[in-house]
Parts: sequence; structure tokens; C-alpha cells
Amino acid sequence: MFVELKDINKTYGDFQASKDVNFEIEKGSLVALLGPSGSGKTTILRMIAGLETPDSGDIIINGVRVNDVNPAKRGIGFVFQNYALFRYMTVFQNIAFGLEIKKESKKNIKKRVEELLELTGLTGLGDRYPNQLSGGQRQRVAFARALAPNPDLLLLDEPFAAIDAKVRQELRTWLRDMIQKVGITSIFVTHDQDEAVEVADSIIVTNKGRVEQIGSPYDVYKKPQTPFVTEFIGQSRFIEDYHKFLGFDKGDYRGAVIRPEFIEAFKLDNQKIKNYIDASEEGTVKAVHFRGNNLELILDVNGIELATYRSLERRRVEVGEKLRVIIFKVIAFDGDKTVILENKELLGKNINNNMLESYLYDESQKSFVI
Amino acid sequence: MVIREKKKLTPHGIILIVISVLFVLLMLVFPLVSVITNSLKKGFDFYIKSLSTEYVLSALRVTIIATVIAVVVNTFFGLMAGWLITKFNFKGKQILATLIDIPFSVSPVIAGLAYIMMFGRLGWASPIIDSINEMFGTDIQIVFAIPGVVLATIFVTFPFISREIIPVLNTQGKDEEEAAALMGAKGFTIFRRVTFPHIKWATIYGVILCTARALGEFGAVNALSKTRGETFTLPLEIDALYLAGSADSITAAFSVSSILVIIAVIVLILRNRFEHRELKQKEQV
Repeated sequence: MFVELKDINKTYGDFQASKDVNFEIEKGSLVALLGPSGSGKTTILRMIAGLETPDSGDIIINGVRVNDVNPAKRGIGFVFQNYALFRYMTVFQNIAFGLEIKKESKKNIKKRVEELLELTGLTGLGDRYPNQLSGGQRQRVAFARALAPNPDLLLLDEPFAAIDAKVRQELRTWLRDMIQKVGITSIFVTHDQDEAVEVADSIIVTNKGRVEQIGSPYDVYKKPQTPFVTEFIGQSRFIEDYHKFLGFDKGDYRGAVIRPEFIEAFKLDNQKIKNYIDASEEGTVKAVHFRGNNLELILDVNGIELATYRSLERRRVEVGEKLRVIIFKVIAFDGDKTVILENKELLGKNINNNMLESYLYDESQKSFVI
Repeated sequence: MVIREKKKLTPHGIILIVISVLFVLLMLVFPLVSVITNSLKKGFDFYIKSLSTEYVLSALRVTIIATVIAVVVNTFFGLMAGWLITKFNFKGKQILATLIDIPFSVSPVIAGLAYIMMFGRLGWASPIIDSINEMFGTDIQIVFAIPGVVLATIFVTFPFISREIIPVLNTQGKDEEEAAALMGAKGFTIFRRVTFPHIKWATIYGVILCTARALGEFGAVNALSKTRGETFTLPLEIDALYLAGSADSITAAFSVSSILVIIAVIVLILRNRFEHRELKQKEQV
């Protein structure tokens, strides 16, 4: 394993920022440290970098225990949240700084900086000052500066936090591709689950100083292991009386989480639902929110509020309209573990979401609807 | 960039302007102009002559020595203190930051007397000075000698530079320093290449203010300097000339004063220019 953290603890006064943190990171992987603010993710990153010192435990990079190794000698490139570019140096000088400190020859520095400018698509901007660049360009400079001395490990603290939403999407893809191209082991901190899911190979979810779950984005999304991860990931709603829904028993659980994608709602005259009508129950549309690429329906089912998505291509629904609602599954909380409960009524029926979708020609809208 | 709209003046605005201008004219401009006119009352030859007496030249020398040393010491100290207080965490930081400001709140005369109490013949530091003199065969005097004048000037101008740079450093945060440290830069390199460019103009501005204050210091120096022609600074010499009471010496007092007024005006102009530079720099970053 390239990076290992063993039993790391860290406190600031009364606040415990890290509790028995253990994880391993494979060489070449791109890992997200995901958690809400105050969950200790940045502390972990800063301890790996050497900007903070753990109270106990070992940090191992490339087989060497680095607890007492000077931050500058750990072979780390660090991208700060606000990039921390040197404001009184040009882009070129920023990227060259680490190499100058290492006493590289002028010729090598120039070659390396130009190489990085080209790699990051900043060719021709070497003479600009950071304040003359856009947010995205600044991030690229920060990235190039961190990579300049050829580190073995790249650490990024909330790399997209300072960028507006529209460019952020673009930069996520850019950064992922760039890291893959360079092939450097990277860890980035984020509080944004979409970011973690889209960019990382593997996610470490943190909460209250502890590691809650480590896994691929798919696993963290589909098989959340703790109640915290279940509620943190996706658009989750905690429902104590989930057993009031058709197809679910009470059991010994203290409640369950239902996500919009676990629910399907149909118009009463939908032909395809006939076979599954027994597994459905009635719900009333309480609100319809337009969300750009789909609609969010807020439904009242047995007095409990649920949310589901609806494609814009399907027939319109009105507030107050009655729909048939099927809940495929819930994630129930069993102590500090989770259990996925499937809808009993559907068991053995081999049902899935897609089977229920069909295009119907709607005379009133002169188009096909699902 | 701030775009200023030219607005039509309201009656309130006009009244405020009139009051301020009258006040500044009466309280500041007229008195200073009268210094210049008075200094030239007996002709230009007399003006030059009164400036080239032995006493005045000696006072000028002492003033320059005290000012230069005070500015150098306080620049060094101010940069160190500003750096320490804004970039490092340690116990008692707040107390230190407050202590630096003491000269702002203590009357200069008290500062002068405090040095007499400390270094004077009955002061607790006096035996230390004596033993140093004995050991090295020197004859260092603090009180009523030039070192005392220098110390008093340093005391009074102590906070000027650190007070200018601390706010600038505070708003800047520690990120850039951390980034540089992670790349292997050592303390002084970080200061020189990363921290200092942020505070360059603030430092120059502080040096100018410090110079102006050091040149004009009267109270603290007055307590520690008693020998005309040896330890007197320009303000003390002016006082002595004026108190001598003859028509000639009063005019001479004005002549010497005019030097300080001229220096003050130059400092003001410089200050304005640097303030402007600093503002421009802030807008840019």
C-alpha cells in the first residue's frame, strides 16, 4: 500500500478531530475524503502533508513512517482550498518556486515549467499574475505548481470549492483526466458527494473524526454500511414508520431511509402497472418541483411525505392528483449497521424500474409519453 | 475598482465642507504659514545665519542620529513583531500585541522619566551600566547623553511600523506561507519571497510615519537631554531659542522651526503618494 494511516488520533483542545483513523491507499488511485464540515477530513489531509501532527498513530508513505519527516521531504504536492498562489509572483514564478527551492538549474526549471504550462493548458499565460486569471485557470496553476517538483503523492483540499457551479463540472472532468494522465496517487477532500462520486476511484467517508466507510463510489452509493453514510449519500429521507408502507414489516429497526430512486409513481390509468397493482398503494401529489432535467414529486403516502423523480418526457402530473406508488426497497437502520429491505410484495416477481416504462402516444400532447 | 459618481452637493455637504476647511485653515495652515513668514522676518541672510550656529548644527546632528537609529531599530523590530504576531501561535500573543501599543497611550514625558528611573544614578539598571563600563573601560552614559535621546526616540516611535503591517498580514492568512513551506522553503526565504511583498508598501508607509514622529519628538527627549549644543535635538533647540526671549533668538527659533515644517510637508507628500500606491496595490490583488 502506498499510503497507510494506522490508529491516528488528533485532538484540538476538547475537540477530537480524528478518532482511530485507519485506512490504506493503493498506488496510483484517486481517493476522495468525503464528509460534512467538521468531520475531520481536512485534518486527515493536513496530517498526511505534515501541516498537522497526530497525537498518536502512524502515517506511512511508500513504506516509510513519516510522522517525524519534514513536510517538505515527504514527496507531497499540495493544492490548497483557495489555491494559496503567491500573489506577487507570476504564474511562471509560482510554478518554478518549488524547483528553485530545490536548487534546480535555471535551464531545467524553465523546461519543467513550460512542460507543465502546456500540460495544464496554460501556455502563454506564464507572465500573468494570479489576480489576472479566472478561477479555473488559478486552479490549474495551483495544480501545476504542486506537480512541478514531481511529487509521489498529490493532496487536494476542497479543490472545487472556490469555483462557480458551471465551471466546476468541467474542471472535475479535467482534473480526473489530468490525474490519470500523470498517474499520480491523489487524495482530495470534499464535502460534495456528487464530486466524490464522479471524480474518485474510491471514497473514504468520514464523520465526527471517524472513518465510516471505505469503498468504490458504487458501493458507497448502493451499499451504505452505516446509518450516517446512508443519510449522507444521495437524497435520503429518514422515515421512522416505514412499516406503514405496503410490503414492509416493522422488524427490530429504528427506522429506514428511502431515496427518490427507490420509488416509482404511476398515473392511475397506466397500463403496465396492472400486474403489480397489488404491490402499489395510493399517494397524493403534494408538490411538483422543476429540477432542470427532471421533476421532483413530493408525495403523501399514508400520511408520510416521500420524494421521487419523474422524467420530463412523461405525462404531466398536477398537485392534488392521485398516483399509484411502488416502493422497491428501503435501507433500514439496525443499531450502527444497515440492512436493505426489499418490498415483500414484489419478491419473486423479477420486477425492475425499466419494465414499467413504455412509450404511449398521448393525443392531447401530440407526443410519446412514458 | 471603485467608480465614484460625482454627485451634486446638498446644503449639508456645503456646510460640512465650509466648517472643515475653516477649521483646517485656522488650526493648521495659518500657524504653519506664520512659522515660515516669521522665520524670514529679518531677511534671508539672517535666516541662513541662524541655521548655521553651532547649537543648531549640533541639534540637527543629534536629531538625525536619533531618527536614523530609531527608524532602523523600529523597522527591524516592527517587521519581526508583525511577522510573529500574525503568523505564529503562542501563549500570551494577545498580551504582546497589546504591550507593543503602550507608547501610543503613555505620555512621552512619562517615557523619558521612566528611563531616568531605570538608567539614572539611582535607577536599578545603573549598576549594570557601571559594571559594563568598568569591565570594558568604556564610559557609556545613558541619561542626559545621546544614548538616552536615542532610547527615548525609539520608545515613542516603537509601534508605528508594526501597527502598519499587522493588519495587512492579518487579512492575508497563512496559506501562502504554508504552501511555500511545503515546497521546502525555509523561514527567511518564505519571509523574503512570500510574506514581504505583501507588506512592502505598508512598511515604507510605516517608516515615513516613524521618521516624522522621531524628528519632532519633544517630551521624552526633553526629560533625558539637558545639555544645549551636545544632546539637544531640533525641537529642544527651538524651545531654548524661543525661551531666550530676545527678538533675534525668537526669529531664529522660527527659522529652525521652518526646517521641521518643510520636512513635515515633504513627509506628508510622500505619505500621500505611498498611501495611494498601497491602495492601488490592494485593488489589484
